[in-house]
Amino acid sequence: MTHKVGRISPFNITALALGLAFLYLPIVILVIYSFNASRLVTVWGGWSLRWYTEVFNDRATLEAAWMSLRVAAVSATSATLLGTLAAVGLARGERFKGRTLFSGMLLAPLVMPEVIAGLALLLLFVALDVERGFWTVTIAHTTLTMCFVTVVVQSRLVSLDRTIEEAAMDLGCDPLQAFVRVTLPLIFPAIAAGWMLAFTLSLDDVVIASFTTGPGSATLPIRIYSEVRLGVKPQINAICTMMIAFIAVVIVIASLASKLSNAQGRSAAPL
Amino acid sequence: MTEESPDIDAPAALAGSAPPVDASADLPLLRIEGVGKKFGAFRAVDRLSLDIREGEFFALLGPSGCGKTTLLRMLAGFETPDEGRILLGGRDIAPMPPHQRPVNMMFQNYALFPHLSVRDNIAFGLRRAGMARAAIDIRVAEMVALVKLDGLEKRKPDQLSGGQKQRVALARALARRPQVLLLDEPLAALDKKLRESTQLELMALQRRLGMTFIIVTHDQEEAMTMANRIGVMDAGRLEQVATPRNLYEAPHSRWVAEFIGDVNLFDGEIASRDPHRLIVSTRDGGTIVVAEPRQPVGKTAVSIAIRPEKVKLSRRGPALDAIDSHAINRLEGVVTDVSYLGGLTVYQVKLDSGAMVRSSMANTVRIDIDAYSAGQRVVVWFTPDDCVVLEQ
Repeated sequence: MTHKVGRISPFNITALALGLAFLYLPIVILVIYSFNASRLVTVWGGWSLRWYTEVFNDRATLEAAWMSLRVAAVSATSATLLGTLAAVGLARGERFKGRTLFSGMLLAPLVMPEVIAGLALLLLFVALDVERGFWTVTIAHTTLTMCFVTVVVQSRLVSLDRTIEEAAMDLGCDPLQAFVRVTLPLIFPAIAAGWMLAFTLSLDDVVIASFTTGPGSATLPIRIYSEVRLGVKPQINAICTMMIAFIAVVIVIASLASKLSNAQGRSAAPL
Repeated sequence: MTEESPDIDAPAALAGSAPPVDASADLPLLRIEGVGKKFGAFRAVDRLSLDIREGEFFALLGPSGCGKTTLLRMLAGFETPDEGRILLGGRDIAPMPPHQRPVNMMFQNYALFPHLSVRDNIAFGLRRAGMARAAIDIRVAEMVALVKLDGLEKRKPDQLSGGQKQRVALARALARRPQVLLLDEPLAALDKKLRESTQLELMALQRRLGMTFIIVTHDQEEAMTMANRIGVMDAGRLEQVATPRNLYEAPHSRWVAEFIGDVNLFDGEIASRDPHRLIVSTRDGGTIVVAEPRQPVGKTAVSIAIRPEKVKLSRRGPALDAIDSHAINRLEGVVTDVSYLGGLTVYQVKLDSGAMVRSSMANTVRIDIDAYSAGQRVVVWFTPDDCVVLEQ
């Protein structure tokens, strides 16, 4: 290779290092300090797993984490169901009246400021006199994450060769059977990726959760946020490190799933 | 099957509309009756009628956008006709959804299920039909042997070559033993050599199974090779339905003559009618004598079509005995272009009137010292029987 552009020059290395440092140095520092033996956040006192054990002894934090996981699982599942249906409607339905409007409304949460979405939901729940807690946060997160699922699943459906579904119908499937036996297995990786995306989005949301949750049902990000307001404790670093690890694993699985989905899509394409 | 008739200059007797059938006994397997389909303002299929008999290998041939694929998709059930009926074995299937029709389709891109193995692809339609497991195994094995896929049953479609995928698609469509098999450009994705051998295999398979095949293609050589009858379509209508020979030797219209193969056309007017002869005075070819077609020519403005291989060249004109019998049409010109194509050579001749005529001659000897060369003055001749008279 003699391409000048592709050569690793000192300038390139420096630029890369600075860029990566800008993105990841704060996280690296947070992870390192989560293993700090010292009680003071800013002073290094040697390696220790002390704060991790403290986290597991902190009932309130564990409850918040459990709450977050439940909200994420339930909201991701319902968002995936609704989002997939919407994607199928948009990608496969006849050109129904108001399709553009429907598509626009569906995708609005992608660009809607979270504060506004949260406030709107709060006003709604207050007006309806709903007791705020697990279900209100779950509903709010479903509305927030559904559009992401729709985008992921719809793009897969659009790239899927329609004649495969026609072949299924030609071979004796009614439209529902064709969807279940042929379309669903082929878009399943995209649906799984959408679910994981919704799950992580719900898990790390503070803004909408803080508007729609009630007393005694704080999610983990809300708990972290309120703890930090009273001063940064070393336990927080430990919780955050665990969250980072968890989300990293989910993201890796999601991207593997979507890769698998694309590989299948290629083989389905005409020669 | 229609036997080739020796009277190729009598198109009306041979090709096109089938004789009227009385409703009970003689109803063809598939009758398409005044079927029309519009997409917006565009008429894809324009009140088309066609009969297809049982066991026939029928080709729908036409340029892209002529409506042939739309017609096939209406037979499969993926499009619903706006008007008309599609009678399969006497039953109107036009309102039926695809999964209830006793027809199967082989798709142009094969549309194999990428998540299923070869075996499961072939068994898919049988399972939907609720066939017993043991019977499915037998039928799948039969199909695998039929299309020579032995040993590949467990592979996924993306582990197969193009030719193998084509076979899986064929086996999958045949497995349900449809009354009619629809094939949408089934060989378009194969390379030339494989396409030619697959054409012969498909023909042999169709004869062996005695099944009715309807193929859509834009490749006239493919249609001529495989089909018993060809329906030539243009702008949503059938221009002509005939055997390959009649389509080529007795086209009904100028459009068909030009679409199928290569043709020389002379426009002119009928000057006089002898017994069995028409004398046509043309703008570019002078007076041309043609044999009178069986079907009477109503108009006086006609076109005369002559295939290039029926146009002969000679240095001095036809031999004397030829003049006595047939070779009455004699024109003179200069060879302008010689294209050697291996099996035959195509000569472009500029007539003295200025018109161009193409003549193709089979290269029957290896060393041809008599071959014509560009710039050479030649006599162009053809017999009245080799001319087809077309109304303009």
